[in-house]
Amino acid sequence: MTRHDLQKILSPIIAIIIVLALWEFWVWYMGWPTYKMAAPSDLWPAFWQYRELFAINAWQTLWRTVVGLGLAVVVGTILGMIMGLSRVLNDALYPLLVGFNAIPKATVVPVVALIFIGQHDFNTILVAFMISFFPISVSIAIGLSTLEPEYRDILRSLGASRLTVFWKIALPKTLPEFFGALKVAVTLAFIGTNLVEIVAPHGRGLGSLFDSGRIASNYPLMFAVLIALAVLGILLYYIVVALERIFAGWAERRPT
Amino acid sequence: MPYKVLKVRVTKLIEIKGVSHSYKTAAGPLPVLKDLSLSIAEGDFCAVVGPSGCGKSTLTRLIAGLMFPDSGEVLLHGEQVKSPRKSVGMAFQNPVLLEWRTILQNVILPLEIVAPRMPKEQKEERARALLAMVGLQGFEGKRPSELSGGMRQRASLCRSLVHKPDILILDEPFGALDAFTREDLWQLMHQLRIDEPFTALLITHDLRESVYLADQVVVLSGRPATTQFVLDIDVPGPRPIDMLYSMQAVEWLAQLRNQIEIAQGRGGEKDMTA
Repeated sequence: MTRHDLQKILSPIIAIIIVLALWEFWVWYMGWPTYKMAAPSDLWPAFWQYRELFAINAWQTLWRTVVGLGLAVVVGTILGMIMGLSRVLNDALYPLLVGFNAIPKATVVPVVALIFIGQHDFNTILVAFMISFFPISVSIAIGLSTLEPEYRDILRSLGASRLTVFWKIALPKTLPEFFGALKVAVTLAFIGTNLVEIVAPHGRGLGSLFDSGRIASNYPLMFAVLIALAVLGILLYYIVVALERIFAGWAERRPT
Repeated sequence: MPYKVLKVRVTKLIEIKGVSHSYKTAAGPLPVLKDLSLSIAEGDFCAVVGPSGCGKSTLTRLIAGLMFPDSGEVLLHGEQVKSPRKSVGMAFQNPVLLEWRTILQNVILPLEIVAPRMPKEQKEERARALLAMVGLQGFEGKRPSELSGGMRQRASLCRSLVHKPDILILDEPFGALDAFTREDLWQLMHQLRIDEPFTALLITHDLRESVYLADQVVVLSGRPATTQFVLDIDVPGPRPIDMLYSMQAVEWLAQLRNQIEIAQGRGGEKDMTA
């Protein structure tokens, strides 16, 4: 392991330790009781006490988030392609999408919960999808519509079809933007899943664990759930980073 | 063998007859080409010069079959160009290499469209041979961003030639290079005409470039562009670079310079006062 690798692993760990230490110190200094603000040292016991619930609920949250995100990738890509390749549809769809994106999803949750009453899995996935597809569509649309005409012309002048140009040039060229958007979408999808779990609780997922902590006034549990969510978020984020390395690693400039 | 011999053949590879074209804009049609005519014999190198924005790039797109004129004819091998064809190679000022492909894979790209059934080894062999011709052997596995601007443009030239196109369309490919690299590439073009004969249409703003490279220089008028002046550069190739410092070349350059001023709408007045 080189010095550079070591530094890459150590620096975030040290940063996390410093943040936790400051947090601990702050709560201790203010003399806050746990029902006002929990300190990091209170979280571990809470987590350990409910570790099985954490494992079960984290899985519940995770799979719904991933399915919602997968749906967002598929639909977002298709929408982005439509908008990126057709000027007319771009003009037509943009205001609609922006408007839809501007609606706070917390207000959508009760509506969705009413329409598809009892379909908890579906509702959760739907909201995770709705909150996260927008950045993906926009990035694909921009990537496609800003393709320099020369790139198209080299293949079009040889009689290549639009599909070939898309497959050989436009799509790979858009990949870096796509992964940039996916990184944003990952965390958004998490917010979507938890919104449903908290606003329209169905007894599953980390959101519902948070909610039961709230009802029981178990503040350390609530904070432990938040930390667990952050950990899951980091996990998914780095999975996206790994995929980006594989499929769009060429976009990373090598240090010279 | 000097490639000038090819000129003996009178076959007109490209003929553009009375082509007019306008773009639709909000303010009404904007004419860019008006009654433009030119022809290029097989194996010839034709340079087109003219003021900025006079429709030179439109001309390349018409020949490539990416656009069709409002009126007039664009003939390739005596046949009207009705769609893009496999027999065109294009190189631009921006080398537009694909960063996710190696240099070798970039050069192969046109073959994937034109000859999808050609065995992979054969494609690679052809690409390697061309890369060696332009002095890029050893760089086949590099990414475009690892190459200098001049090297990228060399790779781009290889890509435009790899499928042995009937016509090579060069849209200011040397425009963004530094002066010395540009002269290197000019000389490379002469060498390539021996090793890999082609017919070329070069769009350029550089009069020296046109005189050094072309057999025929066409000056277009300002927009809407029409053929204003045609100059034959009757010097056999490959030409040494100091050909540009001959009295004859200086005379040609002066002549072209004067024609450009007329095209820009300035020279005319000067002529009257003279």
